[in-house]
Amino acid sequence: MTTIAHRPLEKSAPPPPREKRKRMKSMYPTWFYIPSGVLYVVLFAIPTFASFYFSLTRWSLFDVEFIGFDNFVTFFTEPMLFQGLINTFIYGFLTSALKVVFGLALAVLLTGSILGRGYLRSTIFFPVLVSTIGVGITFKVLMDPFDGLINKSLAVFGIQGPGWLTDPQWALFSVALVDVWKGVGIATLIYIAGIVAIPQEYFEAAKVDGAGAWKTFRNITLPLVRPATATVVLLSLIGGLRSFELIWAMTRGGPGFSSDVIASVIYKQYQAGFYGLSTAGNVVLFIIVTAIIVPISYFLNRRQVES
Amino acid sequence: MTLTRTLTTAGGTSKRIRQDRKPLTFKRFMRKYFLGIVAILVSIVVFIVPFAFIFLTAAKNPQESSLFEFSLPQQGWYLWENFLAVLQTRDFIIVRAFVNSTILTVVSVAIMVVFAAMVGYVLQRRRSRWNHLINFFVLAGLIVPPAVVPTIWVMQTLGIFKTMPGMILIEATFGLSFCILLFRAFIATIPREIDEAAIIDGAGPLRLFFRVIFPMLRSVTITVIVVQSVTVFNDFTNPLYFLPGDENATVQLTLFNYQSQFNTQYHLLFADILLITIPPLIMFMFFNRKIVAGLTAGAVKG
Repeated sequence: MTTIAHRPLEKSAPPPPREKRKRMKSMYPTWFYIPSGVLYVVLFAIPTFASFYFSLTRWSLFDVEFIGFDNFVTFFTEPMLFQGLINTFIYGFLTSALKVVFGLALAVLLTGSILGRGYLRSTIFFPVLVSTIGVGITFKVLMDPFDGLINKSLAVFGIQGPGWLTDPQWALFSVALVDVWKGVGIATLIYIAGIVAIPQEYFEAAKVDGAGAWKTFRNITLPLVRPATATVVLLSLIGGLRSFELIWAMTRGGPGFSSDVIASVIYKQYQAGFYGLSTAGNVVLFIIVTAIIVPISYFLNRRQVES
Repeated sequence: MTLTRTLTTAGGTSKRIRQDRKPLTFKRFMRKYFLGIVAILVSIVVFIVPFAFIFLTAAKNPQESSLFEFSLPQQGWYLWENFLAVLQTRDFIIVRAFVNSTILTVVSVAIMVVFAAMVGYVLQRRRSRWNHLINFFVLAGLIVPPAVVPTIWVMQTLGIFKTMPGMILIEATFGLSFCILLFRAFIATIPREIDEAAIIDGAGPLRLFFRVIFPMLRSVTITVIVVQSVTVFNDFTNPLYFLPGDENATVQLTLFNYQSQFNTQYHLLFADILLITIPPLIMFMFFNRKIVAGLTAGAVKG
């Protein structure tokens, strides 16, 4: 092998001549972008740009009437629409925070020596793969205020459970809890990958220095899983702010408008035929998601580079 | 890079445990097993019970299932009868839905794999000033929520709204970004010398990619296929918007419609949920590792 590698011809080979570089480049043809590019532009980019225009119109697919910022004014003044805006923030940040906390705790637990580790990992992860609609319907039954398994079990301990999905104060939180139940598996996985990637020497050094479990976690695990935290926060925020399926399957935004989020408002307005208003909702969602995700990802990545 | 790292370090933890094997004192026993037993009990209550509830309710007769009780069916098992009843409702609509969902999943994932591999490959190999822009578009595809009504408007203009081909293209488009990130990360681990060797042997660009590079992407391709099939199969929102109508219903849409239709027939509703959970369950049993690798790698990149 070495003799081949040290052939004088290769050793003294000059940087590849321009012609060869050009040939190498043409081996990676630009038209490979075209199939994906066409799909992306036609079905994603054009609608996204068009949405900025259509959000300023009263629109019924047949005729378009330009009405300026009226749709956005409606969006921010109509209480039921504004409620959806607030709920989107609550839902997004609540699910994201809970996924970070539970995901990290479970990952620490599942990277240690614990009985039934493989079983626990699979069990926590499996709900991720199950249909959101199926999960929603199941929990709707489990959370039934009178006959539901949850409240019946609480009654055994003498606790009067709330009307999880029927009480306007609880509905959004109940759906968020189910969302965490379904999605914590991904957060746990990402954290497990993050913890396993930490060099073992750090833990050994901490042990030698006499650090306890909490100190090790606080001073070694927590700072060094920051990339994983960044990923979990970003992914769950992107998912949480856009989330629609679970809410629609469990409450349809009800009772009243107490668990409406922007994504469900978009659907409701679309169903009602207010296409302009629905598109304005899309633009609002777009702005919110970008305005939250971009700074957070910038912040988290910068901190990562510094450390 | 991240993909291979996840895969290679996956076995590392078990080695770590074996190293510090000390005599089993009571305290160590408690620490080792007590936490595990508590965790297993909690996991049974939190995760196993809901699935067991689905299964048990699906096996009950109508009267029993409407009680919402977590118990074995007292009046006999009706699982098989319930399955048949679900399949037969509304003129076998769920069978048609399964066929539709299968077509949708298979074709759109096939499109995603080929198109995304091509983009990931050129994006990784060819350095040009467009790379920044393309990377930006890929990330935008992950983050930006699709604009619903304008998409319908575009699809209507093209005459593919409410059609299966249109739905397939939509799913493929929305899944592309994630696949491109996975492919690009994996292609970075394939040495360029292989390309050069193939070129010296006289391969053209098409041959180089489809005959030399693409077969080497087997592992990441399986990951992409598994993760995206589960995603497309479970997707509800996009078919709801872009594929309304009974003749093209997908399984998630039929399940959702059953919810209002079977309001008093919970045994059938849960039998339907159980039926729909079977394909992801099979995926999970065979490709658990692949799914895990794909989700963590794609996530860390994204």
